[in-house]
Amino acid sequence: MEISMEKPIDEVIVLDNIIDLSLKKTPKIAVSNVKVWYDDFQAIKGIDMEIKPNTVTAFIGPSGCGKSTFLRLFNRMNDYVDSFKMEGKIKIDSKNIYKKKINVEELRKEVGMVFQKPNPFPKSIFENVAYGLKIQGIKDKKFIKERVESSLKQVALWNEVKDNLNKSGLALSGGQQQRLCIARTLAVEPSIILMDEPTSALDPISTAKIEELIFELKKKYTIVIVTHNMQQASRISDYTAFFYLGALIEFDKTKTIFTNPSKEQTENYITGRFG
Amino acid sequence: MRKIKELVIEKSLLTSALITIAVTIGIILVLSIETFRFFSEVSIIDFFTDTQWTPLFTEKHFGILPLLSGTLLTSFIAIAFALPVGLSISIYLSEYAPKSFRKTIKPLLELLASVPTVVYGFFALVVVTPFLQGIFPNLSGFNSLSAGIVMGIMIIPYISSISEDALHAVPKELREAAFGMGATKLQTAFKVIVPAASSGIIVSIILAISRAIGETMIVAIAAGQQPRLTLDPTVPIETITAYIVQVSLGDVQHGSMEYRTIFAAGITLFVFTFLLNSLSYWIRKKYQEKYE
Repeated sequence: MEISMEKPIDEVIVLDNIIDLSLKKTPKIAVSNVKVWYDDFQAIKGIDMEIKPNTVTAFIGPSGCGKSTFLRLFNRMNDYVDSFKMEGKIKIDSKNIYKKKINVEELRKEVGMVFQKPNPFPKSIFENVAYGLKIQGIKDKKFIKERVESSLKQVALWNEVKDNLNKSGLALSGGQQQRLCIARTLAVEPSIILMDEPTSALDPISTAKIEELIFELKKKYTIVIVTHNMQQASRISDYTAFFYLGALIEFDKTKTIFTNPSKEQTENYITGRFG
Repeated sequence: MRKIKELVIEKSLLTSALITIAVTIGIILVLSIETFRFFSEVSIIDFFTDTQWTPLFTEKHFGILPLLSGTLLTSFIAIAFALPVGLSISIYLSEYAPKSFRKTIKPLLELLASVPTVVYGFFALVVVTPFLQGIFPNLSGFNSLSAGIVMGIMIIPYISSISEDALHAVPKELREAAFGMGATKLQTAFKVIVPAASSGIIVSIILAISRAIGETMIVAIAAGQQPRLTLDPTVPIETITAYIVQVSLGDVQHGSMEYRTIFAAGITLFVFTFLLNSLSYWIRKKYQEKYE
């Protein structure tokens, strides 16, 4: 008699969990207690963070605060630094990306990256965008051509370069080069795009174009962007994380961070009192 | 007083520059004059088409082709040996090796270039040739194969060191871009870094060829002194440089026809290395600003 009484209660709890999960959405990236060292220097001091899918998250903080190091953990770009050491877990789509079995090349097709300085390959515009597909062994020329066109259209570069696809990528202007680099990343269809100060080398007009683009891209991708430009963070991001001396000081909705931060350090930084 | 001192220093610096240029012009002048005299007796057509080179025999032939083929054959063997080895070393050092390893091994490799060539020469003659004879029993005691291989060893550092510099100079942003797209180390190295460094790699190869063509001691000791128009690497041949050594050391009468042959041979050699060096200079000038 008692047993049959308990059963329905159990089911209620389970149902509750399901509802709860669907409301929350599973995080795209889940970081738990991550610490990073370069030799004896601790660059990241135990950070937890959850990033939701189809959002733009901005990392802000003074130089040397660890925000770039933290960003580069998501596609394992720090692996090439000789003195790099890490502890903790980072899960992307619930998979721990620092497990031994993980194929780093596969991970990087899923997690694309755009760098501070536009860095097109010394190849033609077409070859730049096709590169990611070609190294995957894709040979279907029609498919590659279509993907190159759609990627260039997504970054609004197609109309500017469609007649010069064989021209060197290095012949483009800085802003165009950066959009080319974004197109190159999009061509392999990642689900996350990491951007490490993508507009710091660009003029205001090119910057505005990239920002517009980020707004568009969020519909399909999860974007994490490191920026030194506070206005940029407030303009384009949904969430903002403030880093200081290797620690995550505050992480909240961008609106909250910029209008009503809960930590004094955050307020001091965004109002320009230090940094 | 101070002004005079400055002036003296400036003028003496200028003088040393002018002396170098004067010496170079002098050498070219002497080469040209003697060569001109040589061609007043030997037809230039014979020089380039006759297939025999026998100026020291009673029946004289003045065809440069056998010497040229000897030079090109040994150089070709040297490059065929040094290019794959040198390039592999440079790619390994620049893309794979840990920094500390790279720092120790690079100077060691460059040491190869500082071994006296006469040492390489008898190394080819008394070590490499007997070893190769174990594999190819009909290999002559003097042959272009072992001379070429040892010359290849000698020029490895030219290729590995200059290529490595070029690979290393490719900005790290390009590596990151390739890795960031999911390229493996191998794909990054061969599809991005090597093409980006190609001008430097080509320069290294040209300089190595130029060095091989001008190399003297190794071929004079180990390749023989028999001018012969052949592509067979197992028989004795003679290179332009080895011929010049042979005549310079011999008792050829000063001012004689035999004596003048070395100037004709010398200027042929000079034209070759000059063209190659100019080519490498041109390539370097043309492509070096690409990433700046």
